[in-house]
Amino acid sequence: MVIWAVARSVFRESIRDRVFYNLLLFAVLLVGAAVLIGQITAGQDLKIIKDLGLAATSLFGLFIAVFVGIGLVWKEVERRSVYSLLAKPVRRPVLVLGKYLGLAVTLLVNVLVMAAVLYGLLAFMYYTANEGVRAGWEMEAPALDPALLKSFLLIYVQLLLVTAIALFLSTFAGPMVSMALTFGCYVIGHFNADLKHFDAVATSAPLVWLLRALYYLLPNLAPFDVSAKVVHGQPVPVGYMLMTIGYAAIYISVLLSAASFIFSRRDLK
Amino acid sequence: MYAIATENLTKDYALGFWRKRPYRALDALTLQVEPGEIFGFLGPNGAGKTTTLKLLLQLVFPTSGRAEILGRPVGDAGVRRRIGYLPENPYFYDHLTAVELLEYFGRLFGLSSADRSSRVPRLLDQVGLGAERRLPLRRFSKGMLQRVGLAQALLNEPEVVFLDEPMSGLDPIGRRMVRELMLGLRDRGTTVFFSSHILADAEAVCSRVAIVAGGRLAATGRLADLLEFGVKGWEVVADGVHDGVADRVKGLSARMTRIAERRYTLEIPPSVAPDRALAELAALGVSVVSLNPLRDTLEDYFMRQVSGHGHQRQVEA
Repeated sequence: MVIWAVARSVFRESIRDRVFYNLLLFAVLLVGAAVLIGQITAGQDLKIIKDLGLAATSLFGLFIAVFVGIGLVWKEVERRSVYSLLAKPVRRPVLVLGKYLGLAVTLLVNVLVMAAVLYGLLAFMYYTANEGVRAGWEMEAPALDPALLKSFLLIYVQLLLVTAIALFLSTFAGPMVSMALTFGCYVIGHFNADLKHFDAVATSAPLVWLLRALYYLLPNLAPFDVSAKVVHGQPVPVGYMLMTIGYAAIYISVLLSAASFIFSRRDLK
Repeated sequence: MYAIATENLTKDYALGFWRKRPYRALDALTLQVEPGEIFGFLGPNGAGKTTTLKLLLQLVFPTSGRAEILGRPVGDAGVRRRIGYLPENPYFYDHLTAVELLEYFGRLFGLSSADRSSRVPRLLDQVGLGAERRLPLRRFSKGMLQRVGLAQALLNEPEVVFLDEPMSGLDPIGRRMVRELMLGLRDRGTTVFFSSHILADAEAVCSRVAIVAGGRLAATGRLADLLEFGVKGWEVVADGVHDGVADRVKGLSARMTRIAERRYTLEIPPSVAPDRALAELAALGVSVVSLNPLRDTLEDYFMRQVSGHGHQRQVEA
């Protein structure tokens, strides 16, 4: 199938371009942090490692999603490799979706390996610690808490959303603009709820309307960050997970449809 | 049914950042290409050749007019399976090898694993890529990329092949290979539409040509019809023209150019029969090194057609 052939090519490019080298950096960072934190904290090191692992997964993934995501279509057009590609029986929306799918698989592998590294480190710390330390760690949440997977899942879904934003922007804007706007969306997305309540501090009606419009237009990324809850052993209900994933699915569908629409009508000069 | 047909195909681009001005890259191009012929699409740089190819492959969309390939509208997914395309100065994925690239493109055509395994090495042999086919494409020279480009254009055994400046970047051996390849394709019934500004290439292989200049079709037809194949005179290279006979030799020719000591090029007018000229030169003790007819060349014709076509063309209000 054409879409899989395109996706497979993106995944292979990720491997050849050494995208997965970030995993090595992630592992070194985490192990180094574990050694260091173990020496300077009193019984809180497991929580900090969980926090750090989740935050690093999100951050490393964000960089891949933005930098690779922007290049997915833009690089093809800029380097003119798209000419040979589109002369084949490849419809433009299929090319856009195949590229997206390829990066989605790359991100999935990345997040899965990071999750495995984090669990591996937590297991090592847990089984090498004495009973008293273990009991201290597990007062709020188990050391090898399966709920961490919920956090990893939402991080992954958030990365899919960020990739869709990067891809959408890159179908009509240059790489620098796309990058700035994608990072901007990511930052604002985490404070999106504040935009809705800006009328409490803003006096200008047009400004309030503009911010309200941005609230509805920009993605709300705060719900994807459940790491604080998970690390402190608070529940993350399945309904909440489904709502958040559903929201992302709708947002991603709209962005990819718009990206396909724009790219399908674009002159490739 | 024509292999390729366009009717009033027109493309305007918007130039400028703030105040956009329309620029007509192609103006009402109407032409037909017969199945199984090698059709040369000629013109100077910026004439609209690449724009035409991009319109035919729907990489850009026409402002007006229409185009068909194999009787179907361009952009038809079914048509894409039956055509091949070599872009000008092709660029492919740096991280892939030539074999991997063709494997990838083969999958896009839906070729089976067995088909890919047989076609990929055969095509790479055909375009003259040896052990380097296993190297990443980032290490390929321009000529080698051109060869990969040709191989990928033929991967699906197309009925119509579009080649944009196929000789570009190739050495003389490569150019000959491309010519033979095009003739081989024609012999198998494939239509070859190739753009070039190198006229010798067109003259060597084309049955028909179109000449575009300034975005407009300047001429189209069979080479034999476009060019004056009647002899315009004779060119003789004569040796042993010493001072004693030089004036009498000059009397035979319309123009006499010295090449070396006692060696001259003579242009004999068509009014003088060549055997008579040769007999008179022999009587004067002059030896003839070569005798060639003077004919109109594609270059002469091309220069006449493109002269006067400006390069800047804005759409008239």
